[in-house]
Amino acid sequence: MPGSDQFAYLDILLFAVFPYVAMILFFVVTIQRYRKQSFSYSSLSSQFLENKEHFWGMVPFHYGILVVILGHIVAFLVPRSILWWNSVPARLYILEVSALIFGILTLIGLVSLVIRRLKTPKLRPVTTIADWILYAMLLVQVVTGLGIATMHTWGSSWFASTLSPYLWSLVKLSPDITYVTPLPALVKWHIVGNFALIAFFPFTRLVHILVVPNMYLWRKTQVVRWNWNRREIRKADSTPARRTRA
Amino acid sequence: MDVRSQISMVFHLDKCIGCHTCSIACKNVWTDRKGTEYMWWNNVETKPGTGYPTKWEDQEEYRGGWEKKDGKLRLKSTGRGRIVPNIFHNPSLPSMDDYYEPWTYKYDELFNAPEGDDQPTARPISKVTGEYMDIEAGPNWDDDLGGSPVYAENDPNLDALTPQEREQMFSIERLVFFYFPRICNHCLNPACVASCPSGALYKRGEDGIVLIDQKVCRAWRSCVAACPYKKTYFNWQTGKSEKCILCFPRLETGQAPACFHSCVGRIRYLGVLLYDAERIEEVANKPPEEMIDAQRDMILDPRDPEVIRGARENGLHDSVIEAAQKSPVYKYVKDWGIALPPHIEFGTLPMLFYVPPLLPVMAKRDGDNVESVSDDLFHGFEQARAPLDYLSSLLGGGNTGKLVYALRKQMAVRMHRRLKTVGDVDAEVVERMLREADTTPEEADAIYDLTALCTFEDRFVIPPAHREEAIEMMKDPQEHRQSAGFGFVSGPERGL
Repeated sequence: MPGSDQFAYLDILLFAVFPYVAMILFFVVTIQRYRKQSFSYSSLSSQFLENKEHFWGMVPFHYGILVVILGHIVAFLVPRSILWWNSVPARLYILEVSALIFGILTLIGLVSLVIRRLKTPKLRPVTTIADWILYAMLLVQVVTGLGIATMHTWGSSWFASTLSPYLWSLVKLSPDITYVTPLPALVKWHIVGNFALIAFFPFTRLVHILVVPNMYLWRKTQVVRWNWNRREIRKADSTPARRTRA
Repeated sequence: MDVRSQISMVFHLDKCIGCHTCSIACKNVWTDRKGTEYMWWNNVETKPGTGYPTKWEDQEEYRGGWEKKDGKLRLKSTGRGRIVPNIFHNPSLPSMDDYYEPWTYKYDELFNAPEGDDQPTARPISKVTGEYMDIEAGPNWDDDLGGSPVYAENDPNLDALTPQEREQMFSIERLVFFYFPRICNHCLNPACVASCPSGALYKRGEDGIVLIDQKVCRAWRSCVAACPYKKTYFNWQTGKSEKCILCFPRLETGQAPACFHSCVGRIRYLGVLLYDAERIEEVANKPPEEMIDAQRDMILDPRDPEVIRGARENGLHDSVIEAAQKSPVYKYVKDWGIALPPHIEFGTLPMLFYVPPLLPVMAKRDGDNVESVSDDLFHGFEQARAPLDYLSSLLGGGNTGKLVYALRKQMAVRMHRRLKTVGDVDAEVVERMLREADTTPEEADAIYDLTALCTFEDRFVIPPAHREEAIEMMKDPQEHRQSAGFGFVSGPERGL
């Protein structure tokens, strides 16, 4: 077949090299950005400028994508558990249908967010090129994901047996692309799109995912910051102490 | 006892002339940046009126402040358990429309208009979109009762009145209003701090100023919803919340905050109060009618040796304790009991106090001429143009007792001074008034002095901030020699 070598090279580039480029970008840039420009870490909410349609976009999108991503992560980390669950057909259907529902929820949310941003004049000054690129990438990702879910069914099972080993081979630094090369084009798009999102992640507002307020539920209600250690500061023999919080 | 220091404020409403100089001073110093145009960290409202943002006092709508559920204090908006489901869309967040869309004018159209028969106009353009817009609201849209049937009518405090009182208040003969300047109250139990999922908001230990750490804020927007006074604002450009910082860079260098410094009517007082931080939760948990007393009770006497010892143990510098002893705020709030917290029922324990306005209360009796003395010495309170129930909804926690006390005392001071300067009232009557108002000639003179003759130094007793100690304790000077400045020096650039 003419050009099959080129495709082989492309496969290596996309599935063995690009993932590492993406991960390096992800770690280096997010860490550097946090260190040098922590001010820029924000969800950049636009709810203040448009408060009504915000609800119909934000809520389905976030709940949808949270569940979908969680599913991917579980299948990646503990593929056996998914295979065990899917060993009973009824359970497989439940898993596939609920995954599809949350995927559709994500798409509904995403589309309404794009429409909201397009038609609300007040949102234009707070919308950057990065936002549009991100919207496009997310749309591609969600649409290919839904396409896979409907056209190449029982993904929850074959993900565990093909993609999970592939991802683990990446983790072990010995990429084995034979798992992915025979897969349908839609799946390949979805994989490449995923690493493209990871690579683009640190340059976008997506960084807010890294600073979700996980400590809120456990911290004290009120926050007081002292610029000095109040118990020590007036004591003659006190040694300099670091800033304390109480 | 956990003695802490709080920089507190008193606003004397009788002296406020509603000139908005404070607002402009603040705006020019802090909120003239993109994304902050709509913010007024300091604003002056006409009361009765809906205020800024519109109807901010209506917590059924805005869900700010605290509420008591099963004997426990919790945030009315989204605290703890409810933050997780609400973080993507905060159901209690006001939108820009609740404030107003900031605008400017296209002045070049004015200057470059071609010659013609009609007057050229500068059309308003939005400071958000840059497009032409129709102005529908502004920060003082109902100033001086402008548009009362639409605005003042909807003042949430009017709910405390009977329908007759309501109607009378807006009849043209009895029309009454006063000004209500507002800044952040730098509360003892701040709802904004408690609501922040990131922990970006904090109360500064050494002086109680409530601040937002701009580097930690992630735009979860909870503080905007949680503050019942709506004094935290969302900067839509940087994606960070901002609020009144009580001009701490000025305070730390011994200067009064910009709004205080510029106040034309000299209505503003600033000083230290020492308080017992252990009692915050207990006081915030009291029923509204007991809260004013309870809050006064937790403010400690800075001359009490026990308090001084506790303050020293807690690291307060002697100069701060000394400032607390001279505090004009302590005099108004504790010694004289004539300054009241706004809407204490919100549960945040505000540390900005208002001396209620006597003027609209006493200006006229219905149908009669103004009489200074009658058999009923403190005449007219009940028939006052500004009904007591209205004022007490704003300043008395819904309880007229504290309000009447403050008004009677001010009335007695007025008559006492009239006796001294004009001499056309009976000395015996004045003596009786002073006694009934729970005051003495000496105290009356002191109130008069601090109210009417106060100098800059009387009004603003600013404790030394001792930043030098803080910096030494935080940083080793050797370690940082040849480095430039401290902390956050890069510009507040919006992220991608």
